[in-house]
Amino acid sequence: MRGLPEDPFIRRLVQQARSSQVSRRSLLATGTAGAAALALAACSTGGKAAPTAAADKSASDKTLAWDNWAAYIDEDDAGNYPTLLAFEKESGIKVTYGVNVDDNNTYYGKIKDQLALGQDTGADLACLTDWMVSRLIRLGYVQEFDLDKIPNSKNLLTSLQNPDFDPGRKKSLPWQGGFAGIAWNKEKVPNGLKSVSDLWDSSLKGRVGVLSEMRDTIGLIMLEQGVDISSDWKTDKFMDAIDVFQKQIDDGQIRNVKGNAYLEDLKSEDTLAAICWSGDITTLNAEAGDKWEFVIPEAGGTIWNDNFIVPIGSPRKSNAEELMNYYYQPEVAAEVAAWVNYITPVEGAQAAMEKIAPELVDNQLIFPNDETLATAHIFRTLTGAEESELGAAFQAILLGS
Amino acid sequence: MAFGAFAGNAVAVDQAPRRRSKVALLLLLPGILYLVLFFLVPLVSLVITSLQAPSEFGDIGEYQTAFRWENYTTAITQYGAQILRSFVYALAATVFALLFSYPLAYFIGVKARRWPLLQNLALVLVIAPFFISFLLRTLAWKSLLSDESFVVTSLKALSLLGPDAHLTGTPAAVIFGLTYNFIPFMTLPLYASLERLDTRYLEAGGDLYAGPFTTFRKITVPLSMPGIVSGVLLTFIPAAGDYINASREFLGGSGTTMIGNVIESNFLIQLNYPAAASMSIILMAVILVLVGVYVRRSGTEDLL
Repeated sequence: MRGLPEDPFIRRLVQQARSSQVSRRSLLATGTAGAAALALAACSTGGKAAPTAAADKSASDKTLAWDNWAAYIDEDDAGNYPTLLAFEKESGIKVTYGVNVDDNNTYYGKIKDQLALGQDTGADLACLTDWMVSRLIRLGYVQEFDLDKIPNSKNLLTSLQNPDFDPGRKKSLPWQGGFAGIAWNKEKVPNGLKSVSDLWDSSLKGRVGVLSEMRDTIGLIMLEQGVDISSDWKTDKFMDAIDVFQKQIDDGQIRNVKGNAYLEDLKSEDTLAAICWSGDITTLNAEAGDKWEFVIPEAGGTIWNDNFIVPIGSPRKSNAEELMNYYYQPEVAAEVAAWVNYITPVEGAQAAMEKIAPELVDNQLIFPNDETLATAHIFRTLTGAEESELGAAFQAILLGS
Repeated sequence: MAFGAFAGNAVAVDQAPRRRSKVALLLLLPGILYLVLFFLVPLVSLVITSLQAPSEFGDIGEYQTAFRWENYTTAITQYGAQILRSFVYALAATVFALLFSYPLAYFIGVKARRWPLLQNLALVLVIAPFFISFLLRTLAWKSLLSDESFVVTSLKALSLLGPDAHLTGTPAAVIFGLTYNFIPFMTLPLYASLERLDTRYLEAGGDLYAGPFTTFRKITVPLSMPGIVSGVLLTFIPAAGDYINASREFLGGSGTTMIGNVIESNFLIQLNYPAAASMSIILMAVILVLVGVYVRRSGTEDLL
């Protein structure tokens, strides 16, 4: 018998087909019923019971699929991932690393139907941003870790141990974190920028880019307006920031609102200043000449983390735990951080960095000290209703009128 | 369904064989199954989704079956500007594509007949862009039209563009992108009908003292009408629903959003499936009506 295909969905279909020999007549009947069921599937009601975790087959299945963002792990010139290769050798687990996350929303759109049914999404481990992880936990779409199997999780920075969406880190572990702040082109804007309001200066009209990540763009504007975004603010504070955002779009001050692609605009100089993510600017400077500078605005910036989660339908949780444990060794974390230039969540990585790249030890974007951390704020968790309402208000501006 | 409207005048001319053949039914089966599975079922599902209401105490993206007609009125009032803009852009792109393609198709199909090699080469050049992904070509235009690009700096040097003006993110860039991307779809059907144009009619027109313009208007255009109609349909319909050119990541901006971008945002980001579904149905309905009127007006029902 031939091996089963890799794709979990097709695999299930093949298994089902093999398990029952069917006559042509019954096949036709099934087809018709299937068509009707497909149409009715749209009628399915909300408020279903949360799915249950898949049985763990890690002992017999030494593989692991990991979905992550682009340029988010150490890479050598040949396109290999050195730390991951070392893990494969050490553990005997074959890892499929996929650069499959481009945006939290679109990734969620791809996997949510399988999650709701408790099926395998094809990934055993994915790195998603705090607010999306919070949604997944709220909906019961992720598996609880066996922390005994991740002894190195004790190396997690104290400040990250008890987020409101996952106290005690039972279902998520940070991979890397970063700041959202402002950056500018040093050649075209020699005087630099200090605050978000500087972006609204008339000399930059039509040359400002902002992020399509709502919590970063609106978060920075709210901070500029003196709102503590971690506190339990009310909707009207959010709407005040939305008004500023709307005005700058209408006036043509903001050129464009983008996801990862904002880097292209900075490179092509369509935008000369932008609200952006910390690590990207370091990478951009290395790639296209040392032209840009990043700073956390005076009124404060946002800080976020991308976290490991194990989707509810993954049958390889133990393998995933082994990988997380590996990356929570300070030496390995330092190696990754030296390449990606984002904040590492692992205690001791700073000491380990001494040996790898001593010049990065005092880099505030990788190892922020208390002073830097005091200027960075976490956007508070939104309820499901708030996600719908505030998200719609933000998207309405992006869609214009 | 709605295409039946076009067949209104078509009398049943062909006498179909009366005998019921099992073979014919069997041969039809794959086609019918295909239509049911990939057209009928999704359409029914789309209609059902478009009438859903948010479930009570539900999380983001959770809806339940209902008959919420307000979804349609909300969509129209909230996104009326984008709906209108889609059709204005699509119409502009279709007109520009026709203006560029007609001379091109005329050259390839009529003037180049004497040189078959040139004719074939020109046809290959029309199709050549298809060898590169549509997305890549649009992205290439994005950097060609960026602020520090040769195009923009030259236009500014010539004072054709103001000192603060730019191209990307403007309606002009989006219409340009739509026109560029759909030109082959306009050129090929035009070529197909012009290639069969009998030039003796043109000579006859000249013999009867018709000027070149009159000959063109009275002979060439009517004879190439099938090409014009199919070219316009092949350009207008996909252009109205296009969401790549107008996307913020490509040539558009927040002020150039088309209906496709609204559907994308509602479906993928806001997880507002009823709004996305009702917008899709509105788009379909408007296109059907517009196309129906267009085909009636141009008097080419029998072409379909």
